[in-house]
Amino acid sequence: MLLIDCPYCGPRSEIEFRCGGESHVQRPGPHDAASDEQWADYLFYRHNPKGEHRERWLHMAGCGQWFNVARDTVTHKITAIYRMGETIDAGAGS
Amino acid sequence: MSGWRTDSGLVVDRSKPINFEWAGRRYQGFVGDTLASALIANGVSIIGRSFKYHRPRGLIAAGLEEPNGIVQLERGSHTLPNIKATQVELYEGLVAGPVNARPSAEFDLLAINSLFKRFIPAAFYYKTFFWPNWHAFEPSIRNAAGLGVAPAEPDPDCYEHRFAHVDVLVIGSGAAGLAAAEAAAAAPGNERVMLVEADCEFGGGLLASADELEGSAPMAWRDAALARLRALPNVELLNRTMAFGFYDHNLVALAERLSDHLPPHQRKGPRQRLWKVRAGKVILATGAFERPIPFAGNDLPGVMLASAAQVYARRYGAVPGQRIVVCTNNDSAYAAARALHAAGCASVAIVDSRVSPGAPALAAAECGIRVVQGAVPIAARGRRMVKGLDIAALDGRHRQRLSCDAILMSDGWNPAVHLHSQSGGSLDYDDALQAFLPATAVQNAVNVGAAAGIFDLTAAIAMARDVARGTAVRYPAPAPVGPTRRFADGDPKAASAWLDFQNDVTVGDVQLAARENFRSVEHLKRYTTLGMASDQGKTSNISGIQTLSALLGKAAPAIGTTRFRPPFDPVTIGAFAGRATGEDLSPLSETPSHAAQLALDAVMEPYGRWSRAAFFPRPGEDEHRAVAREVMAVRQAAGLFDASTLGKIEVKGPDAAEFLQRMYVGGIRTLKIGQCRYGLMLSEHGVVYDDGVIARIGECHYLVGTTSGHASAIAESFHEWLQCEWPHLRVAVENVTTAWAVVNIAGPRARDVLAALGSDIDLSSEAFAHMQIRVGAIGGVPARVQRVSYSGELSYEVAVPWRYGASLWEELMRAGKPHGITPFGVEAMMVMRLEKGFLHVGSDTDGTTYPQDLGFGAAIAKKPDDFVGRRSIVRPDGLRPDRRQLVGLEVIDGAGPLAVGAHVLPGEAVEARGTQGWVTSSAQSPTLGRPVALALVERGGERMGEAVRIWDLGTWRAAKIADVRFYDPSGERLHA
Ligand SMILES: [Zn+2]
Repeated sequence: MLLIDCPYCGPRSEIEFRCGGESHVQRPGPHDAASDEQWADYLFYRHNPKGEHRERWLHMAGCGQWFNVARDTVTHKITAIYRMGETIDAGAGS
Repeated sequence: MSGWRTDSGLVVDRSKPINFEWAGRRYQGFVGDTLASALIANGVSIIGRSFKYHRPRGLIAAGLEEPNGIVQLERGSHTLPNIKATQVELYEGLVAGPVNARPSAEFDLLAINSLFKRFIPAAFYYKTFFWPNWHAFEPSIRNAAGLGVAPAEPDPDCYEHRFAHVDVLVIGSGAAGLAAAEAAAAAPGNERVMLVEADCEFGGGLLASADELEGSAPMAWRDAALARLRALPNVELLNRTMAFGFYDHNLVALAERLSDHLPPHQRKGPRQRLWKVRAGKVILATGAFERPIPFAGNDLPGVMLASAAQVYARRYGAVPGQRIVVCTNNDSAYAAARALHAAGCASVAIVDSRVSPGAPALAAAECGIRVVQGAVPIAARGRRMVKGLDIAALDGRHRQRLSCDAILMSDGWNPAVHLHSQSGGSLDYDDALQAFLPATAVQNAVNVGAAAGIFDLTAAIAMARDVARGTAVRYPAPAPVGPTRRFADGDPKAASAWLDFQNDVTVGDVQLAARENFRSVEHLKRYTTLGMASDQGKTSNISGIQTLSALLGKAAPAIGTTRFRPPFDPVTIGAFAGRATGEDLSPLSETPSHAAQLALDAVMEPYGRWSRAAFFPRPGEDEHRAVAREVMAVRQAAGLFDASTLGKIEVKGPDAAEFLQRMYVGGIRTLKIGQCRYGLMLSEHGVVYDDGVIARIGECHYLVGTTSGHASAIAESFHEWLQCEWPHLRVAVENVTTAWAVVNIAGPRARDVLAALGSDIDLSSEAFAHMQIRVGAIGGVPARVQRVSYSGELSYEVAVPWRYGASLWEELMRAGKPHGITPFGVEAMMVMRLEKGFLHVGSDTDGTTYPQDLGFGAAIAKKPDDFVGRRSIVRPDGLRPDRRQLVGLEVIDGAGPLAVGAHVLPGEAVEARGTQGWVTSSAQSPTLGRPVALALVERGGERMGEAVRIWDLGTWRAAKIADVRFYDPSGERLHA
């Protein structure tokens, strides 16, 4: 069970959170400007890296805020946590 | 073996005898005994039968690694299967017996398996799956194999969970653990140090040691250390607490046994407590497990690990025999030999595989212990118990027979690296110790003492203190173990040299697996079941790897070891459940008028997370009649329905309209203040997800209605879209579902009933039309009233603050009495919405239903804006002409309602194949006096009036595709 340092509340156990999958996925649009391929890429295709993964988490049983997490998918080590709308360089946390 | 009790023993209290029952016979032990030590002291040598061959087995260990002493504890609801006798603390009146013996461990009918052993080799089960016929063998194999019996009654015990956050968690309370805890507690910044011990007694190996430590006797050293720890305010000591799982980010799970050591009738409160401990640093002082020596007949009762015999003798004063032979390849077994010699055994001899054991051998010889050097055990003699041991030099020469009644074995030690491995840490094979040692750590965890391969107590204590202080750690080189005799491939004796005692895996089985090319440790494990028993191979895994290594001429690290997984030791499932059992597993919510509805004889049913009234039967009514009466009451007069469970989400802000425009299929931007509009919501995949009524209360204020089951999920999804995709939209969202109680008053007399309560809202049809919302007061209580209808009648949903919900219900029942008001439940509502052809998301839709399948295609075409899911519904699959569309079905064969789920086929179909869809909702309409149904049918929209055949589990029915609006198609009654 991960220990996640909510940027609004501080460190809390994973059971208080919900993982929302990969972060920074761009929603193509508007609807009449997105090709089938672009839309399929947005809906279904994810990076699934071995190593640093950017994902978004919701502090569901806490402040109700979404934020970003950079987590190593091999060690589960969290290398960076940053708010929605913010960006960090690849590998910045490690 | 003929076990006996000495007149010493460090921890048992001779002044307090305990009576207990084993396998139907009565015995006596003492306070401080385990079931295992008491059985040994009473001379009970056969404690069970092996899993596959039903060979008689005795105890080989004194701790949780015990593979043979698996018992059924207690009877009735308190019974526990597959408990290790070594872990059961004796209490007055304890009842236990073997798990795998019919009729008894002493005499087992299934031991016939043993005679046919050559027919049940490794992988027998897998091979039998294919040939000759598994089903012919299965019943007898299932009957013969298997362990204890699960209790048939509900668990009478309760359990609880607790969380803790500590700076340092020390696991294990041997000398290293105690030293580490004390040093950690003294280190600055450590405000909370926790020390956990699986045993009831703190002390680990000290409980069986005779060697002085820092100038004190081992128990005196332990007592002093414990006293100092107990005096410290920042130290918490937990005994009977097993650290069984090491998870991510230094989370360690503990199982604390609170009352297992008491007679069942004396237990109070939770039986066990599951701890989830988040630790800054974990110090693993988990000790080591001794390896058995593979030799023929090493599973005979009377063959035991040397360290186990030492523990039984010194801690409990229980000795397994009189004439002892100790076989070893290392120094540790000499302490066992000395312990048994001191206990007063008639003779003790040591067989050491090393040619020049050195100082310990000299010391032993001085005490009168015979030491045979450069020799190894070949075969134990005896049928049901040890009578002797054949030994020889490593090359097989100089064979001789020793007479004995107990054989102790030590093939070296395996550090208990389980938790380290669970934490993600790697292992290195140490050639000197012939064991895997913890190598690199992934988490903040450090191994100390025997767990790190440091067996010398002085060195272990120094190391533990260094680790706890965070200073540089000294790792003294371990003393190498001597050779172990390996069997030649095909040696017939290999088939009776056991590696895994619990799963009955021998050296011969490993040889067979290697011959059949199962050469990786993972294949070996699954093919032979080595290490797959409830002990998870604590005494067998490494020996199995070493056997394969010798056979293949390949180094042990090249063969590898399997990754350790939680739990380290079995944990009762009730501990995981904690308080979340029975009604507390998923507690149901109740609405404010719950009691009032019960007073009206409501039948309450769970609907999602809510307990709701299904129907209100009158005396003599069944569900069907009650529902029909409730429907007719609403259609003809007035009915009252508790709608508090409907989801209510407030959406406020300058961009609220823009936001809802993006969330819903229909247009929201054009909705005027005071108006309501039906809203259909899709997932981003285009699938119909929810529906409800959206009301505009003010310029920047909307009230969004959702289905009862989706309220929190939709509020959550609103937040996700706002925070992650459209953070620039100025919108606030709040789920107010349980802030407002709602009653629905429906029927032609609804207005009269509502008016009778008194309101500042003009209820006239001209002032307050269908699909409008008004805010005001009803009966003096602030209220939001929506004129919306799921029943198809004139209908108001009256929302008042939750605390007024019960009184509103009762006032409306009272005011409605002259108008014939009737309470109705969910089932009547579902019948009425079906008569009306109103969609029920989740019943009439599934994970493939797009809005165009429900008739929303034209509305979508008119909306210029993007909305959630819009792009998905025009993917090629969404444009297919043969999509299933929601239609009505009229029964034309004169019989009763169709079954939900029945398949729709073309009218000319003669065979039940090639479904075109299925019935999604169905009922006998009390209003129309005939069956009505909804169905998703291929191209249904263009097949109005077409006759179809319905196939339902072997029966053909006839129906006609029809408009979904069976009742009041023009909607006159809604607008009354
Ligand atoms: Zn938070």
